Amino acid sequence: MGGSDSAGRLVRPFTLTGGRTRPSRADFTLITTVTAADPQPEGAARPQPEHSRILRLCAEPMAVAELAARLDLPMSVVVIMLCDLLEAGRITARPPRPVDRTTVDLDLLQKVREGLGRL
Amino acid sequence: MAGSDTTARASAGRPAPDTVKILIAGGFGVGKTTMVGSVSEIVPLRTEEPLTMAGLDVDDLNGVEEKRATTVALDFGRISVSDDLVLYLFGTPGQQRFWFMWNDLAVGALGAVVLVDVRRPKTSFAAIDFFERRGIPFVIAVNGFHGEHPYPVEDIREALTLPDGVPVLLCDARERESCRDVLIALIDRLIAQAAPAR
Repeated sequence: MGGSDSAGRLVRPFTLTGGRTRPSRADFTLITTVTAADPQPEGAARPQPEHSRILRLCAEPMAVAELAARLDLPMSVVVIMLCDLLEAGRITARPPRPVDRTTVDLDLLQKVREGLGRL
Repeated sequence: MAGSDTTARASAGRPAPDTVKILIAGGFGVGKTTMVGSVSEIVPLRTEEPLTMAGLDVDDLNGVEEKRATTVALDFGRISVSDDLVLYLFGTPGQQRFWFMWNDLAVGALGAVVLVDVRRPKTSFAAIDFFERRGIPFVIAVNGFHGEHPYPVEDIREALTLPDGVPVLLCDARERESCRDVLIALIDRLIAQAAPAR
């Protein structure tokens, strides 16, 4: 992560979002999993280059935070592009497992514990 | 793939896994990213968010050099605990002025590990306070400098004025097994807290 040119890195990403700084939907979290639709919707226009990069990265399911890190773009910018892709039917999004402190999911916790035990 | 006309089944490859997260918190430079890296199956990744994009008021930028671009970095790793469940570990930003980022981070977290540097325990007070106030379960992991632990657990518990029942573990953030045991202790605490509620 080079620190040189950091002012440019801040401004430039928004050219990828058409100047928008807010997403159209609020449901993309750090660990929402995104997968490229296969096949892509029929008759869809050719995706712009950054959208193509996202679609290539999430050919297999990938969390939003991981996409942002691998694209080297801020989460906020990636989420705006994901909203466009979702609305165009090019990706599917799976929300994280909900965590409710009043009704704890023991099966889930056991599964995590067993997984950690295998490390 | 054949016959997938519903969006949920649109992927040709493996289905998207369930995801959960645990936060690794503590003061600046206490070893959070080291811990993430020790247990992660991938080299820790970093995502950076420009502060201005996070909806920060200009007033809140006191102390931040004006013309310089400031970002909040988030380091994270992942552990595939099974075929269909992935655990993400997020190292929280250490500097206190970036804590507005934490509310988003904390939503939906299973729990947290608060790393403590025995030489500078005060730097982790704010993290302890944060999780206590929000009712987010946590364990304390004391990261020994060079893996050494000169103080007994009871002294550390007293120095941190911890509520009863918060586990305190001695660890070495550089060691995979040590970090794994800390995570298991957190899960055990979550399981134990769930049990008497019934």
